[in-house]
Amino acid sequence: MDRAIKARAEALKAHFEAAGAVAVETPILQPAEVLLDLYGEDIRARAYVTQDPLRGEQMLRPDFTVPVVQMHMAFGAEPARYTYAGEVFRRQEADTGRPSEYMQVGYEVFDRADPAQSDAEVFALVSAPLSHLALQAKIGDIGLLIAAVNGLKTTEARKAALRRHIWRPKRFRALLDRYAGQTPVPVARIKLLAAADPFAESPTEVGLRGRGEVENRIAALRADAAAPPLEGEAVANIYQLLAVKGSLPAALVELAELARKMPEIVSAVRRIEARSAALKARCIDLSRIVFDAAYGRSSMEYYDGFVFGLYFDGASDSPAVASGGRYDALTLVLGQGAEIPAVGGVIRPEMVLSLEAHA
Amino acid sequence: MTLKLGVPSKGRLMEQTFEWFADHGLTLSRTGSDREYAGAIAGIDGMELVLLSAGEIPRELAAGRIDLGVTGTDLVQEKLPSWRRSVEPLTEMCFGHADLIIAVPSAWVDVDTLDDLDAAAAAFRLTHGFRLRIATKYHRLVRDFLREHGVADYQLVDSQGATEGTVKNETAEAIADITSTGDTLRANHLKVLSDGLILQSQATLFLSNVSQLSAQDRHTLELLRGLINKT
Repeated sequence: MDRAIKARAEALKAHFEAAGAVAVETPILQPAEVLLDLYGEDIRARAYVTQDPLRGEQMLRPDFTVPVVQMHMAFGAEPARYTYAGEVFRRQEADTGRPSEYMQVGYEVFDRADPAQSDAEVFALVSAPLSHLALQAKIGDIGLLIAAVNGLKTTEARKAALRRHIWRPKRFRALLDRYAGQTPVPVARIKLLAAADPFAESPTEVGLRGRGEVENRIAALRADAAAPPLEGEAVANIYQLLAVKGSLPAALVELAELARKMPEIVSAVRRIEARSAALKARCIDLSRIVFDAAYGRSSMEYYDGFVFGLYFDGASDSPAVASGGRYDALTLVLGQGAEIPAVGGVIRPEMVLSLEAHA
Repeated sequence: MTLKLGVPSKGRLMEQTFEWFADHGLTLSRTGSDREYAGAIAGIDGMELVLLSAGEIPRELAAGRIDLGVTGTDLVQEKLPSWRRSVEPLTEMCFGHADLIIAVPSAWVDVDTLDDLDAAAAAFRLTHGFRLRIATKYHRLVRDFLREHGVADYQLVDSQGATEGTVKNETAEAIADITSTGDTLRANHLKVLSDGLILQSQATLFLSNVSQLSAQDRHTLELLRGLINKT
């Protein structure tokens, strides 16, 4: 690893330590099972998986968040602030020229007191050492879409299916359109639901998924077929919400307008307003931040609130120089019953140095 | 220098490859004993025959150790990242047809599409505490396909052979494999998802984009192109 990159990583870590963070380290080898259960099979395409005869499948850490959360949930006292610097490993399936090993320096906050303040604190601390690069800040909030889904007047099963696919925009859209009755029901499903006895052909049963599970699913399909379609206006509202994009002050006005016809997003919008006020109080120029309601939906699945990224030249196809977000639900999944609001961000020192060299 | 042509070293695929080249004026043959993987080409000068396992031909092409190779589109796309950069398909050979598909038990009367598979996978995980297992040897192709179609809560388990049997043996709930007729699927009480076609593959003659060709090799390649395109 380049000495200059390492030196910059240490300097950035010192910057986070000066803000009150405790420096921590995590093992490079992580049990693959935890990460696979969180992210699903897709992570295999993005991380290095290796086989250990004693410890089972192991993964070269694709990021620090999961091990830092695990460490905090096991041993940490509250509130807590952590920093770390080290390599992460990302497999590149296509030849994109992106590095498969690079440094990350991070700052993570576990604090129940005031989430808006914590969000602003992370954003400000991550942005400050990069201010000379004139990066474009992009933010979003996954909580908006979650609130909009929860507020739909429809069955709990449909809401759960939509929530499950928040991070898969294409599937989410397909589900939303189907629940709204805007796409035709597949022929096979119509036949299945019309059949007097779906098992009339009595196919031989094989495998672990038994007759009972098939019957449960048919019952769920029948219940879904009986449920009225989503109101066209409710669906249009969600698409309008996802299309909100612009400078943060303008987006706040737009969101407040939308909240008048979507009462379910009022508290999510208030959280964004409180966060914006906290950012302003830290002397951050809101007019230079782009808010994009759809931002963060196709990245790592654990962000469920505030999300941010700092980009060079607004180039969307190059990776963020720094990024982060809130992941309250992840602490619940990894906490075995415990949970704590958590937010964090990382900087990629090698990108900082390369931008400085080209400045 | 000679132009090296890699072809499958045994079975029906080798025979059909030999027949295809014979139809285009080239006689391929194995030399030496039946167990010795050596070959010869008659009908053109400057070419050499290399007999290889079909599964290794993509890798050898990408490494430039052979200049030309006959193998399935499925193997090329599975084994080579950014495959278009390393190899160029010269011609499809109209044999060795096989579809890479996703199949589930026929008894799953509630599952006909990827959408159903996704919903079944979500419920399966809640019921059994682990992700629905799909047995395959085509990890990259299957994963890319399922990601593109937004299927979640599954896991791929490796199966290098007799994949159709994994469901009965309860080491997988579904499979992704190549099938040419579907008989084996039916015999194992499986059915193909109506939108579960991942790739249609056939035997194809590929040119390596990596190997170094001499002027003489280029001349030989032009002669070969002429022969291929004549019929």
